[in-house]
Amino acid sequence: MSLLENNILSLLIFFPLLGGLIVMFAPASSARGEAQKGVDAGAKAPSSSAAPIAIAAAAVELLLALYAWTLFTPGRPGFQLRFFADWIPDFRIRYDVGVDGMSLLLILLTAFLTLLCVIYSTRVDRRPREYMVFLLVLEAAMMGVFCALDLVLFYVFWELVLIPMYFLIGIWGHERRVYAAVKFFIFTFVGSVLMLVGIVYLFVQTGSFSLTELMTPTAPAGQALAALDARALMWVYAAFALAFMVKVPLFPFHTWLPDAHVEAPTAGSVILAGVLLKMGVYGFIRFCMPLFPQQMAQSAPLFLALCVVGILYGAIVATVQPDMKKLVAYSSVSHLGIVMLGVFSFNELGLSGAIIQSVNHGVSTGMLFFLVGMLYDRRHTREIAAFGGVRRVMPLLSAFFLLAAFSSAALPLTNGFIGEYLVLQGAFLSKTSGPVYAALSALGMVLSATYMLWLFQRAFCGPVKHSEVGLLPDLALREKLVLVPLAVLVLWFGCYPAPWLRMIGAVKPVASARSSVRQAADGVVQAAGGPVQEAAP
Amino acid sequence: MNAPLQDLAIAPIVWAIPGLPLIGFVLIMFWGGGLVRTLGDARGRRVVGTLATAVVLLSFVISVFVLLELLRLEPEQRRAVASLVPLMDRMPWIEVGPVSVQFLALVDPLSVLMCLIVTGVGGLIHLYATGYMSHDRDYPRFFAYFNLFIFAMLVLCLGESLLLMFVGWEGVGLCSYLLISFWFDDEENAKAGNKAFIVNRVGDVGFMLGILASLAVFGTLSFHTADGRGILDLAARGETLSGPLTVATASLISALLFLGACGKSAQFPLHIWLPDAMAGPTPVSALIHAATMVTAGVVMVTRMSVLFAQAPVVLLVVAAVGLFTALFAATIALTQTDIKKVLAYSTVSQLGFMFLGCGAGAFGAAMFHVTTHAFFKALLFLGAGSVIHGLSGEQDMRRMGGLGRYMKVTYWTMLIGWAAISGFPGLAGYWSKDAILAFASGIPSIGMFMYAVGAFTAFVTGFYMTRLMAKTFWSAPRLPEDAHHPHESPPSMLLPLIILAALSVVGGLIGTPWGNAFERFLEPVLPGADMLHVHEAIPHGVGLALGALIAIAAMAAGAAAYRRAPSAELLPATVKATQPIYRAAANLWYADAAANAVFVQGGGRFAGFVARWIDKGFVDGLVNAVGVVTAFLAEIARGGQSGYVRFYAKTMIAGALIVLAYALIQAGMR
Repeated sequence: MSLLENNILSLLIFFPLLGGLIVMFAPASSARGEAQKGVDAGAKAPSSSAAPIAIAAAAVELLLALYAWTLFTPGRPGFQLRFFADWIPDFRIRYDVGVDGMSLLLILLTAFLTLLCVIYSTRVDRRPREYMVFLLVLEAAMMGVFCALDLVLFYVFWELVLIPMYFLIGIWGHERRVYAAVKFFIFTFVGSVLMLVGIVYLFVQTGSFSLTELMTPTAPAGQALAALDARALMWVYAAFALAFMVKVPLFPFHTWLPDAHVEAPTAGSVILAGVLLKMGVYGFIRFCMPLFPQQMAQSAPLFLALCVVGILYGAIVATVQPDMKKLVAYSSVSHLGIVMLGVFSFNELGLSGAIIQSVNHGVSTGMLFFLVGMLYDRRHTREIAAFGGVRRVMPLLSAFFLLAAFSSAALPLTNGFIGEYLVLQGAFLSKTSGPVYAALSALGMVLSATYMLWLFQRAFCGPVKHSEVGLLPDLALREKLVLVPLAVLVLWFGCYPAPWLRMIGAVKPVASARSSVRQAADGVVQAAGGPVQEAAP
Repeated sequence: MNAPLQDLAIAPIVWAIPGLPLIGFVLIMFWGGGLVRTLGDARGRRVVGTLATAVVLLSFVISVFVLLELLRLEPEQRRAVASLVPLMDRMPWIEVGPVSVQFLALVDPLSVLMCLIVTGVGGLIHLYATGYMSHDRDYPRFFAYFNLFIFAMLVLCLGESLLLMFVGWEGVGLCSYLLISFWFDDEENAKAGNKAFIVNRVGDVGFMLGILASLAVFGTLSFHTADGRGILDLAARGETLSGPLTVATASLISALLFLGACGKSAQFPLHIWLPDAMAGPTPVSALIHAATMVTAGVVMVTRMSVLFAQAPVVLLVVAAVGLFTALFAATIALTQTDIKKVLAYSTVSQLGFMFLGCGAGAFGAAMFHVTTHAFFKALLFLGAGSVIHGLSGEQDMRRMGGLGRYMKVTYWTMLIGWAAISGFPGLAGYWSKDAILAFASGIPSIGMFMYAVGAFTAFVTGFYMTRLMAKTFWSAPRLPEDAHHPHESPPSMLLPLIILAALSVVGGLIGTPWGNAFERFLEPVLPGADMLHVHEAIPHGVGLALGALIAIAAMAAGAAAYRRAPSAELLPATVKATQPIYRAAANLWYADAAANAVFVQGGGRFAGFVARWIDKGFVDGLVNAVGVVTAFLAEIARGGQSGYVRFYAKTMIAGALIVLAYALIQAGMR
């Protein structure tokens, strides 16, 4: 068992690859042609042995992730479950993996969402084997991103994520899939190539690719980093930040997102919104904050402005989208603006909120994309105007949709509220952002309710306008299996986020921001008249 | 104000007050439909309806026990904290850094009063709804939402911190949305639900910012803490987390919170959602949009009254907004033909009175009006529902008339409600409205003006309510030929009417100017006389006499006007004289039209512009332009890749020459 314990993260990274390998050599489907296509969502999936194997692999992966969680000690600072070995000794590149509360949360989210995606995708009838293989490879790459503590290793996984996603969009996407896939690839690749330049520069200057060494001020690499010219570091930071902000995406680098989402197959959209965007947030907190704290602080005014613009802009554009998927995609731009507002508040509340909101957004938006996918499976369109009266026809699906919509609109006791409140409170208390940014961002509360409820009204309420809608079947078992766990998480995170927040509390930037919260509050209170004596109990 | 938190023997079951309706919600949501299917339609519905009503009435019983327990303590000690989660002392909700919020209830006179109103009146309306909704196909869904509403409203009232109050606040907004759009097959109802939720959210931004600011200033979100450093503890001592509480800080926070109150309690200009909310079933209008939820703003302002008391300018704004809304809505109520719309605007108007009371610093009087209004307005709505039920869904008063004959109980109870809201001497509304007006008269410098406008609004109130009664019951029948025979409602609907009628008669006696038990009960949660000086510029006797006179005059004038000209809107001469004003009022003073034009049309067009020209056109256009330019440059560069060796050789020589020339020039310059 200790072998498993010592290598749990490596297992997490490589097990999906193994699963993918097995799926690749699974016997081809026998009865592909018999499967009914069309409106009957309850029809049995094309029987291919790929699906059961992939489900098993994703399920085992989730179990592994849960096992890693049991091994994890929530309150302990620093990285845990660490394992490292030389990889390319000539360049001091190491295979170095470890997790803290933030990465573990994202790992759990990844494993969870991938399993749901695999379950959902058992109905894919075009080249199901390859589809599953790409999903599993994608999972492995994402696990790698969240575990890697060596800059080169991180970069390898970061780019590896692009490849399966590119194919998922390009092969299984909709009408303009090639345009979207290429746009997605080029957009994110341009950003990350510059990051590679930055990584190499750091190595040349400090002689280390190791994040932990660079983070430690007493280590030689850390000292070298501290001694670096601030102007040069600013360029390195800019390279990192560009890669991350394209991924997030922050306004104005967001236009790849709606295209990619609209063209991607459902599972692709779910992973894209649920996990891939969080890689950008993760990058900011994991790499930029410890490596370039001054540069990040200097750039805060620019980023905060982009966040607030993104929050309002994404929401405004979302309101008028005629396509459901595009609407949800633009809502992501808005929500990720909130997440980044939390990051750039540089205090415990904002950072905790940003991390928990990342996970929450994955759950809520993942749920919304699944639901839109289920509607698409039935009606073969995502046009809002093609629906209407769905609530009478599919009460169960509508109930789930309403829950997801309100979670997206940050209703208290759903997950969305926790993160949004913490970020707003953090931004309000922050010295860098402050009450004005918080107030502007709070306007997003009105807009998110507007676009979500308006969507619900047009697609789900009213009389059945199109006779085809009247015949649509409600949720099948497979779909319930996907939605119920998500709904449970929506309420669990909404009502009892305490254990997760405790896990996040020990993450390095969050923990080190703790001391500065008091000073931040100090600033606000002084503005209101008077010095701070004692923080709240 | 600064008594320590007490231990209540009853604390371990306080969770059940909101908990039971939540359990009811879960049971009915998940098994209600199945129950109706397995037990058969009639029996299944009876079980669902009984369960939903029983949990609320049980909550009422527990609330009564809590009240009795509380009354045993000395007045200034009546403040306790209890867990909202069974078997747990305190369950943490959000605990990060300075934010520490647990699922805790604050048990004090204000929260217990609200629990009694919500569960008491709520229970009666649940009972009524078992009859009213008996033929609805979504019967279980209705009661699930109804129970969820009670839960959320109780969380709002009991929440121990601003954030928990916000949970209930948004929760009741959700339920309001769900119930307004209950009959979602008509898209108009769904639109009304959206309007309610979105307009409320505008106010909620204010509430949220108030919360953010409160944490920054007081370092906590709890109202009271064991060590006396809760928001209200500090504010009562004029302190903050650090140093004294300035007027500016108090004003900022209370102004933000008041914005939230304006949304929920439908004060101008955020009142526009409430009349549309009448799209929901009538029990919903009675419970949510008259008796309980819409008064949440008043409850919140009262809860934070020690803070408001230190913000004199904000208090003045509260009073002005309240008074303006009261008059504004009353004039609209004069002109409406839909019986529920009249009552809706009447509710907006009465809420305005409550805020006038708050603004005058008479928070106790405002809460008193919340209480009596819950009785008589619920009664009036339920009566209107009984009329609508008896006429198989007809809501237009132009097609009513002469109904007293067919529905005796409805008629007599409505008559009591009419007298109570008009302020007929001795009835519930008389005492509470008088108290508010009397305190309004004491507002510095403009008190008498406020009193005069308030008294005039009271007159208008009596007048439009008389108009409603005349058109519905007294005038000649104007039922359409094909209408069903009007019939009286079943006992399940009449019993709540009778009880509420009784309360509308005697309910005001707890708060008469002589030995005001109500005011004394609430005193511990209100700002002390040292903090806020409130007085009545008009002597008791004069105020009461004037109030009685106004009410009787309004009722008489209304009766005279509508007796003689039953089908006209107003007396012909009056109509002629006031035609433009009348038309403006009938058109809701164009408030809805303006909001629609600016926010729905204008906002939609703006969003369309942003999406089309800025996002698709400019931002994405730039992205694609980069792509096009790159492709163009690549096209040019491709010319160099000819594949001919001689071309490459020539290029190499040219390059070498250039480098050589550069080196020579460099050398020469040195």
